[in-house]
Amino acid sequence: MAFLDPRQHYGDRFERFERTGGASDPVWLKALRKDAFARFAALGFPTTKQEEWRYTSVLPIAERAFELASDGTAGLSRDDVEHCSFPVYACSLFVFVNGRFAPRLSAPRALSGSPSVESLASVLECAPERVEQDLARLAPFDDSSFVALNTAFLHDGAVVRVPDGLTVEAPIHVVYLSLPGADPLVSYPRTLIRVGRGSRVTVIEDYVSFGAGVCFTNAVSEVRLEPNAQLDLVRLQREGELALHVSTVHVEQERDTRFTGHGLSLGGALVRNDIAVRLAGEGTECTLDGLYIASRQELVDNHTLIDHARPHGTSRELYKGILSGGARGVFHGRIVVREGAGKTDARQTNKNLLLSRDAEVDSKPQLEIAADDVKCSHGSTIGQLDEASLFYLQARGIDAPSARRLLMRAFASEVTSRIRQEPLRDEVEEILLERLAREEARVL
Amino acid sequence: MSPPLLEIEDLHASAGGEEILHGIDLVVRAGEVHAVMGPNGSGKSTLAGVLAGKPSVEVTRGKVSYLGRNLLELAPEERAREGIFLAFQYPVEIPGVSNMYFLKAALNAGRKHRGQEELDAIDFLALVREKMKLMQIDDKMMNRSINEGFSGGEKKRNEVLQMTVLEPRLAILDETDSGLDIDALRIVSDGVNALRSPARAMIVITHYQRLLDYIVPDFVHVLAGGRILKSGGKELALELEEKGYAWIEGGAGR
Repeated sequence: MAFLDPRQHYGDRFERFERTGGASDPVWLKALRKDAFARFAALGFPTTKQEEWRYTSVLPIAERAFELASDGTAGLSRDDVEHCSFPVYACSLFVFVNGRFAPRLSAPRALSGSPSVESLASVLECAPERVEQDLARLAPFDDSSFVALNTAFLHDGAVVRVPDGLTVEAPIHVVYLSLPGADPLVSYPRTLIRVGRGSRVTVIEDYVSFGAGVCFTNAVSEVRLEPNAQLDLVRLQREGELALHVSTVHVEQERDTRFTGHGLSLGGALVRNDIAVRLAGEGTECTLDGLYIASRQELVDNHTLIDHARPHGTSRELYKGILSGGARGVFHGRIVVREGAGKTDARQTNKNLLLSRDAEVDSKPQLEIAADDVKCSHGSTIGQLDEASLFYLQARGIDAPSARRLLMRAFASEVTSRIRQEPLRDEVEEILLERLAREEARVL
Repeated sequence: MSPPLLEIEDLHASAGGEEILHGIDLVVRAGEVHAVMGPNGSGKSTLAGVLAGKPSVEVTRGKVSYLGRNLLELAPEERAREGIFLAFQYPVEIPGVSNMYFLKAALNAGRKHRGQEELDAIDFLALVREKMKLMQIDDKMMNRSINEGFSGGEKKRNEVLQMTVLEPRLAILDETDSGLDIDALRIVSDGVNALRSPARAMIVITHYQRLLDYIVPDFVHVLAGGRILKSGGKELALELEEKGYAWIEGGAGR
């Protein structure tokens, strides 16, 4: 591969983007992008010398000359989208192709008058002041190259607003679809979610791809829960084995809010998820779950931060991984309990299933406690499929591959069973089964 | 006399690198119930492991044929589908897989193997309900994960429930009575006895004579030190109860 200077490559692309894409944007937005790009230029891509990136080399991203995709949804139909998205689950669907909203492929239903889901691009065009207070407020780019890059190129994504006092039953389903092109393509989806006081909603961020080819998704989500709100955020990453996926999620919980995050990573050449939840108000509850499945030479890296800033916060974190072939998994779970965040109750668990000798996982809990009168615990396990369980299933007539699959599914179900909405849970389990069947085919 | 269902000849087997069974001979015919009794460490569970195909048990010498076929060549699941059932001494807990799902999968695996149509959820439920009643297992238990949080007695009842649903041709009960109080023992025995038929054989492995008051065997074998030291009718169990295993091990019984 030819030597690539990322600063120069992205510098050129940024100049072009500024000239064409965002020429008519408001001054504050132009300034934000400029600052963000300057920060990226200063930081460059992270290296494994940095603690946060010790186990994950981003060379597959840094060495490639990714191009911004132009609008290329022409060849896609609704059927295509439904094929790679949920098969039957009927909910409001918002589709973005290579980071751009595709109204033709979307199906907003039953949302009349209540929650609003818009394309960030159209908001920026028509009423940019409406997002000025939210953009780049929760996701700082000072110390993150990827957030800086996303912010520099930000132009589209889903903006979800739920007004006060509203219970939204049907999940809001946002699909970010990667469509490979002749060049390796990059997209920068930016998701903004704000759940108003006392409201409740489920949002699905679904990262999929259509067709084979290298795509790089650099996603940033900023999520705010206003007092007493409840949000279930399901993030599915299933873009396929060539995918390069870096996502950064920042969640801000105001007082008495309940946040549940389910992150499913079904593999890719390089998948890195950073999620930071700040329990910024008193009496908040945070459930953070993750499931990662990787095979062959895939790498899935989850970095989580649960930041207890105020008293009476409860957090439950469960991350589980199934790794086979020469796959690598990383779990780094940081829990911070700040001074004054008394009566915090935090529990973290990471469990890993290694299905081959070459599979590897690095599990690193990190607790930083600066308050008294708190309950904090963490535990981490790494193991194989239980031989006694396998034999028990086989001794009842279940063949070895099915028995293995059943045990993998059982292992994963501890996470999926915590998805509250039953139809959604069923769909996710279906997706999981399909993935595990592929896994099984590889193990044998 | 009917042809043997199971024929064990000069069976030697090891577990953990150590030879446990030093030459077992046993013939079991359809309709027969054989009790295998013996003290701890005599090799009872190893024998059960050999028959069910437990991977950690290695057969080093001898032959085992089942329905005229070499049993040792079959994978555990093939043995199960061919009608061999082992009621485990220590049933495994498997979180995340419900008893109901598991039992249906097991039953259908066998039915498919025999060329029968697989049962759907409704037909399966109709079939299993009746047997659940017999074993005093309710829906709640069935919908829980396999053996998860079950008491010792519940686990054993669950084993026998599986057995009555799968209707094996050769059932091996490995210390199914151990740790049961008299009520649980009665339930378990009723389940086992309901399954007795001229087409079916059972090997009942036990440490205690007590079980044999409920499941009356046709033959009793005393296993000690990896060998069958004595075989006889059901009265042998009583004699054994009276005199203790030392009587056999001391050589007096030969």
